[in-house]
Amino acid sequence: MSAGIVSWGVYLPYWRLERTAIGAAFGTATAKGTRAVASYDEDTTTLGAEAGRRALDVAGVPVPEDLFFSTPAPAYLDKTNATTIHAALGLPPGAGAYDLCGSVRSAWATMSLTALSGERRPSMAVISDLRTGLPGGAEESQGGDGAVAFVFAPEGGVAEVMGHASATDEFLERWRVPGETASRQWEDRFGEEVYVPAARAAFTDALQNAGLTIDDVDHLVVAGLHARAVGSLRRALGVPSDRVAPDYVARIGNLGAAQAGVGLADVLERGSPGQVVVVLELADGADAVVLRTTAALVAVQEERRKAGSIGVAALVDQGRADLPYAVFLTWRGHLRREPPRRPEPERPDAPAMRRNEGWKFGFSASRCVACGFVHLPPTRVCLSCRAVDRMEPLRLADVRGTVATYTVDRLAFSLSPPMVGAVIDFDGGGRYRGEMTDVDPEAVSIGTRVEMTFRRLYTAEGVHNYFWKARPLSDGAETGRGRRAS
Amino acid sequence: MASRGIRDRVAIVGMGCTPFGELWDKSVDDLLTDATVECVDSAGISLDDVDAFWLGTMGSGLSGLTLSRPLKIDYKPVTHVENFCATGSEAYRNACYAVASGAYDLAMAVGMEKLKDSGYSGLTGIRQVGDGTLAGLSSPAAFSFLVPAYAHKYGVDPDELKSVLTRIAWKNHRNGAVNPRAQFRKEVSTEKIASSPLVAGELGVFDCSGVSDGAAAVVVCRAEDAHRYTDTPLYVKGLSLVAGPAAGIIDPDYDYTSFEEVVRSAADAYHQAGITDPRAQLAMAEVHDCFTPTELVLMEDLGFAERGTAWKEVLAGTFDRDGELPVNPDGGLKSFGHPIGASGLRMLFECWLQLRRQAPPERQIAGVGEGGRTLGLTHNLGGGPGECVSFVGVVGSQLSD
Repeated sequence: MSAGIVSWGVYLPYWRLERTAIGAAFGTATAKGTRAVASYDEDTTTLGAEAGRRALDVAGVPVPEDLFFSTPAPAYLDKTNATTIHAALGLPPGAGAYDLCGSVRSAWATMSLTALSGERRPSMAVISDLRTGLPGGAEESQGGDGAVAFVFAPEGGVAEVMGHASATDEFLERWRVPGETASRQWEDRFGEEVYVPAARAAFTDALQNAGLTIDDVDHLVVAGLHARAVGSLRRALGVPSDRVAPDYVARIGNLGAAQAGVGLADVLERGSPGQVVVVLELADGADAVVLRTTAALVAVQEERRKAGSIGVAALVDQGRADLPYAVFLTWRGHLRREPPRRPEPERPDAPAMRRNEGWKFGFSASRCVACGFVHLPPTRVCLSCRAVDRMEPLRLADVRGTVATYTVDRLAFSLSPPMVGAVIDFDGGGRYRGEMTDVDPEAVSIGTRVEMTFRRLYTAEGVHNYFWKARPLSDGAETGRGRRAS
Repeated sequence: MASRGIRDRVAIVGMGCTPFGELWDKSVDDLLTDATVECVDSAGISLDDVDAFWLGTMGSGLSGLTLSRPLKIDYKPVTHVENFCATGSEAYRNACYAVASGAYDLAMAVGMEKLKDSGYSGLTGIRQVGDGTLAGLSSPAAFSFLVPAYAHKYGVDPDELKSVLTRIAWKNHRNGAVNPRAQFRKEVSTEKIASSPLVAGELGVFDCSGVSDGAAAVVVCRAEDAHRYTDTPLYVKGLSLVAGPAAGIIDPDYDYTSFEEVVRSAADAYHQAGITDPRAQLAMAEVHDCFTPTELVLMEDLGFAERGTAWKEVLAGTFDRDGELPVNPDGGLKSFGHPIGASGLRMLFECWLQLRRQAPPERQIAGVGEGGRTLGLTHNLGGGPGECVSFVGVVGSQLSD
């Protein structure tokens, strides 16, 4: 038994934007394919929380005692975002939660740090990105939104580190001043000239470090926002093309900080024990790590199958691609749409959010220990038997439910009207009336099966108001994800 | 312990009601002045004669000063009450108890709301942000939950149910068309109603009550004193107000086809008033038609139709002004809009006109009064399906035996 990755989770948002929709708007030719788009109610924190939930929603995964979060697009500065993910995952207060935000390269550091931490105690890395760019640009059309999470533990690792290497280089290739919505890039060929040799050096050094040669490589993951350099390396590094992992950029776009992790997760889902995996990331130089999968991989893959985990390849196939480009621009703040003639929502109150942390962030109800009735939100007096203060918390975030009745609300304030409202009855008890998301209003009916998802309802006075919404179960997901009511 | 009621111990001896509408040129003070002056004039008294006041408004003012300041009330008790959309009825209920207790000889209840100054579409709530987890659903959305639930439970074809809702709106607009105090005084064709833009769920614009400004007032005294002020008083037969435990919001057994609060308040009010068969005994009912499916469900909750049959009764015209039991003969919230604090007293004002045969001939309900039916019902509902307050009141033109 060796230390290492024991679980992982990947989250891709529901929406895809057809790149031709951009070209149609500007009257220009564009690349084909789609990109993954975070919904109006998602940010890097919620994307990360969803990936984290997927990593933990497998039997036998230890509860992380430390959580490290990295994104180049943090929802807050000064305030830690990892604590929000910690709360959404329902982790115990004794578990640490830390941001390592900044560049794409920070994600690599987060993985390294979490791997080290995981040698001593269960630790989680959450990496999330939401790629924006100015309208009509390559960044906008080629970027993608998504998140990945890994749990490392002292035992039961599915891959052990054989070697690693870095090639650090201070050069101006991609940058963004805080507050800007898009990054800037130097001339494309300049980046390629710097990146390719750096990446070759890191790759070669890491293999040498591991005592392996290029012929030993079973899977190569190359990640990085510099598409030209990445493409060149995928072709010319010397690894046969059938051993180069797919990057899915054509379907979901480049996930930036999350791209390398998603690539590794994909390999772990498809791989078998004893294989050599090299992950190479281009970000202000290059980093490479050489892993060898262990015998534990088979059992983990089986547990994930039993839990109904949807693999990366299947996630890429999902998604809804009829997102109008104007709606996409509105979601990303590039188009200011006429608001409804309704009051804007107000910021929530900090003391109330803290008092109700279990409910707001963890979707934790209260169950009467006297009679078993489940209350959402938690209350002190039981509706069914009127017992007072005989409640225990019950986390329903990971429990599924069924739509009892529903409506499409065209009057309510929403960042993307109309709001879909539903009354949800949870399996095993508990009723909640709330909002649905990632939903085709025409496809909802009484009896629609739903799962909960952590979202940002709105932002007011600089306060992000996070809470849970229901969304229809994706096809084929019904078997999975056991209840973790706790 | 029991709810005993005060049947025939209190009489209504005067009322006033402003026109309802988008009253851009009327302030809160104007509305209060118009309603109270009409009210005291109709009772043949002056404002000085009134011993205590209850003011119902949800968001157009705070404290008794909202009333005492514009009316220059001379150091008398003025109580501000709020109970969601039942606010006006709550003011009336408390004024009744004040005179029934013997504490005061004459008490006035005033309901008022000034909604149109906000500039928003639809009703807007007061600030209740807290931890930010309350679902931001609008009122029409909350009530639209009734529609698929009712269709599902009783196997009514959705298109047929839409035509039922349309007919409710058509009927209430038809009634309001001949009422000079109504906000909307035009008949609306069923085609126009059915094809109106959707607001929430199956509810189109014409399935929703309007947003308006208005005020209404009532003055009450002990029943034995009623004839000092009028030859034709109304007597308070029953007053019931219940707030539920908000069970439907969290109880999976709730099926969104009934308001338990209405069922309970109706049973209490009928018991107080001695009513055993409301459909046969009531001359009219003014009910809280905030949205068309609300009125549909209320017909069953108030005992006017058997469960699962109200939709057929609506289509049969049972609740038309010339039907077996006229419902919302003044045009309802549909035609008046819903200035929250005023609506309950506006309903009572219609009973005041109809039961005393003071309504204009073109809209006076036939067969009311001597030898006919003498009882009228008002109903308010505040909140929505699953969590609401409900008021049911019964008044009559005759003292009971």
